[in-house]
Amino acid sequence: MTEIIVIPILALLAATALAVARMRNLWAAVMFTGIYSFLGASWMMILDAPDVAFTEAAVGAGVATILMLATLSLTPRKRRSSGQLSSDDFEEKPSKSPVLPLIVVLITGGALVYGTLDMPYFGDPHAPIQEYPDPSFVEKSQPDMHGLPNVVTAVLASYRGYDTLGETAVIFTAGIAVLLILRKNTPEDDARDEAYAKAQEARS
Amino acid sequence: MNRFPIIRVITKILIPYILLFGLYVQFHGDFGPGGGFQAGVIFASAFILYGLVYGLKKLHEVAPPAVIEKLIALGLIIYAGTGSVCMLLGGNFLDYDVLNHAVLTELPAALDFLPGSGPHHFLPAGQHLGIFLVELGVGITVTAVMTMIFYAFAGREPVK
Repeated sequence: MTEIIVIPILALLAATALAVARMRNLWAAVMFTGIYSFLGASWMMILDAPDVAFTEAAVGAGVATILMLATLSLTPRKRRSSGQLSSDDFEEKPSKSPVLPLIVVLITGGALVYGTLDMPYFGDPHAPIQEYPDPSFVEKSQPDMHGLPNVVTAVLASYRGYDTLGETAVIFTAGIAVLLILRKNTPEDDARDEAYAKAQEARS
Repeated sequence: MNRFPIIRVITKILIPYILLFGLYVQFHGDFGPGGGFQAGVIFASAFILYGLVYGLKKLHEVAPPAVIEKLIALGLIIYAGTGSVCMLLGGNFLDYDVLNHAVLTELPAALDFLPGSGPHHFLPAGQHLGIFLVELGVGITVTAVMTMIFYAFAGREPVK
C-alpha cells in the first residue's frame, strides 16, 4: 500500500533535482533545494526514521535555505566593472571543452564503483553488520539501560558516548570557525585593532 | 517581513509550539524519536523564524549574542563534565553506571505513597541521568551554534 505514497515522493524528488540542475534563477534554485529537503524528510518518515526526518526538515529545509538566501542577498547583484548583470551572463557557454571534466568524473565514478565491489551484498545475513555485536544492541540495551526503550539514543549517548562527544566537539569547532571568519567587527573591535596596529608600528 | 500582518500573527502563534516541540524532542529523546541534535536545530529554527519576521534587533533582545556565544562552550562543558564526574566517582569516562544514585540517594520514607515500587530516589537511574545530561549538552551547543551562524550571516551588510 505504501507504494501509493513512495512512488510519487521519489518521482517528485527526481523532478526537483532535475529542476534545480536546470534552473538559472538562483533564488528559485535555493527554494527548490528547500522543497527537495522537505520531500527527503517525508521519505525518511516512510523509512521509519523520524529523528533523521526532524533534522532534515529543520536543517535542510529551514536553516540551510535561510543561510543560502542570506548569502544571495549579501553577494553583489552587479558586476564590479562591466555594468548590469543580464540573463546572458548565466547562459554563457563554458570556455573550456567538457571532455576533461567528463574523464575526471568517469575515473572517480569508476573508482567508487570498484570500491563497492568489496562490500557485502545488500541484505547479506553474514555481513559483519548483521553478525556483530552478539547479542545485538536491541536485545541487550533494555537490561543495560534500566529499561530505556529508545535503542538509538542508548547507542548514541551511552554505548558510543565517546563518539558523540567528538561530534559535539566538531559542531563546536565548526561554529567557532564560522564565527571567526564571518563575524562583523563591532566598533570597539575596530578601535582595538587600530590601537594594536599603531602599537606595532611604534615598536618597529 | 515586518509589513505583513498575517505572517507576524501566524509566527507569534507558531513559535511557542515550535519551542515546545523542541523541548519534547530534547527531553523525550530517551523514550521516543529524537535527541539533543534534533532538539537543538528545532529550537534554533524557532529563533531564526523570529529573527526573520521581527528583525535582528528584536531577536538580539530575546537571545543576546553575548549569551549565545557562551552557550556554545557551555554545552560541550556539560557533556565533557558529565564524563569527568563519572571519573571522579570512580568509574570510566562517560561510564554513567557510577552516577546511579550517587547523590541524594533516597527520598524520605514519608514519600513512599508515590507511585512505583521500592525506595524512591531523587534522581533517575545512572544511565538515564547520564544520557539526559549528555543530550542536554548536545542540545545547548547545537542551538547556540545554529543561532550564532544565523547572526553571523544576518549581521553583515550586502557588498555594494
